[in-house]
Amino acid sequence: MSAPVEIISERREVSLIRSVGLIFRKDILIEWRSKSRLVGMSCYAITLLMLFAFAVGPDPVMLQKHASAYVWMSVVTVSTLLLSQSFQNELESDALEGLLLVPVPPAAIYYGKALSNFVWILLLELISLPFAVLLFQLDLTTSPLQFVAVLLLGAGGVAAPGTLYAGLTGRLASQQLMLPVLLFPLLIPTVLSAVKATNLIINHDPFDQISAWFAVMCAFNAIYWVLCGVMFSKVVDE
Amino acid sequence: MEQLAIEAAELSRRYGSRWSLARLNLEVKIGERFLIVGGNGSGKTTLLRLLSTALPRSGGSLSIFGIDPELSRSDVRSSLGLLSHQSAIWEDLSGSENLEILANLVGVSVDTHALLAKVKLESRIDPVSTYSAGMRKRLAFARLLLQRPRLALIDEPYGQLDPEGFDLVDSLVDELIDAGSTVVMASHLVERAAKKCDRALLLEAGQARWTGVSSDVPKAWRALHKGES
Repeated sequence: MSAPVEIISERREVSLIRSVGLIFRKDILIEWRSKSRLVGMSCYAITLLMLFAFAVGPDPVMLQKHASAYVWMSVVTVSTLLLSQSFQNELESDALEGLLLVPVPPAAIYYGKALSNFVWILLLELISLPFAVLLFQLDLTTSPLQFVAVLLLGAGGVAAPGTLYAGLTGRLASQQLMLPVLLFPLLIPTVLSAVKATNLIINHDPFDQISAWFAVMCAFNAIYWVLCGVMFSKVVDE
Repeated sequence: MEQLAIEAAELSRRYGSRWSLARLNLEVKIGERFLIVGGNGSGKTTLLRLLSTALPRSGGSLSIFGIDPELSRSDVRSSLGLLSHQSAIWEDLSGSENLEILANLVGVSVDTHALLAKVKLESRIDPVSTYSAGMRKRLAFARLLLQRPRLALIDEPYGQLDPEGFDLVDSLVDELIDAGSTVVMASHLVERAAKKCDRALLLEAGQARWTGVSSDVPKAWRALHKGES
């Protein structure tokens, strides 16, 4: 078939990895264009941390004891807004259907979006972290690499199932409600191990227990990133 | 035997207990220009969405260029392009960015400025969210051209456009046809659309009421809706 216009070349095969990269780049670009959303969500995370701190009161021992839970609760709560937003962009003009009909493989859409969500959740963690250190008087300097690993695995453990469930609930009128209701139970292993690992880092891990929690986080990351990628096509294209 | 672009037998689609399309038989030849007309809720959009594989069928059989979409959806999808009521574009990106991303995903190289000039949007560098409905439609047409579809499915090509836009759509449809695309379009502008097509199908309440050469469809349409003979 000849080209409808000379300005368009012949069609060639696009690899899955290239498609993932293109979707990732597109999502990062769209979110970057609407930076106000990220600023708003960061403010929300910081406000939550402040509320937790005020609720506990000016007791440094108590604040430090529960700090890891407060940090991860605020990250998870705000991440659900970020995740649901990532699909709203696609559903506004049926862009998701447009992608599927191109056809872009559903796995490429999933991994592109999940990686982009991973980056934004990580950024959210990094923005809110200095405030957590100040509010809860934390010392994270003893094991900075371990802490970075917890942040990465925590963001991955939220982004992978979160992207799947955001796709699942994307067309529901009550998505803002349904997404956390469905997602939070699935996040229990990730959140629990991230909270425990962060707590051990804050308390200098006296009994060398942190590797067990890392193993749990790694295992759930592997399960979620593989399984959710397989299930995504059933969620959006069946 | 001549291969058909579309071959549907007893094609049906149900939403809950309501049949949106019931037992439709349809054959469209390769390179043909086919028009679907009908009132609101007659099943035009449902039929186009079934043909595009955006919707699964509830009954009957369907093949697109000899392939059953349920057996090889990806192969069917790579041969068609759908222009629907929704524009399938990213609101926060410019028209040029939308086309560049799509071109990369489709696997074509494109001169986006020249393509945007074809739909008279080359001067717009702002996000699509600032576009009017007619401009979105023109961008959606550029998107359709970019896909180089063997089968172009166009839902309401003249919708939301001004008279100048009507002429533009006619020229874009001509371009698709010249490039060898089979074109299936659904439109309320019966007389205008009939001039662009070879054959037509008249739908009412999800059922085929009339099929014939498109030049006769305005008469059939009036007969159905106004009781004229």
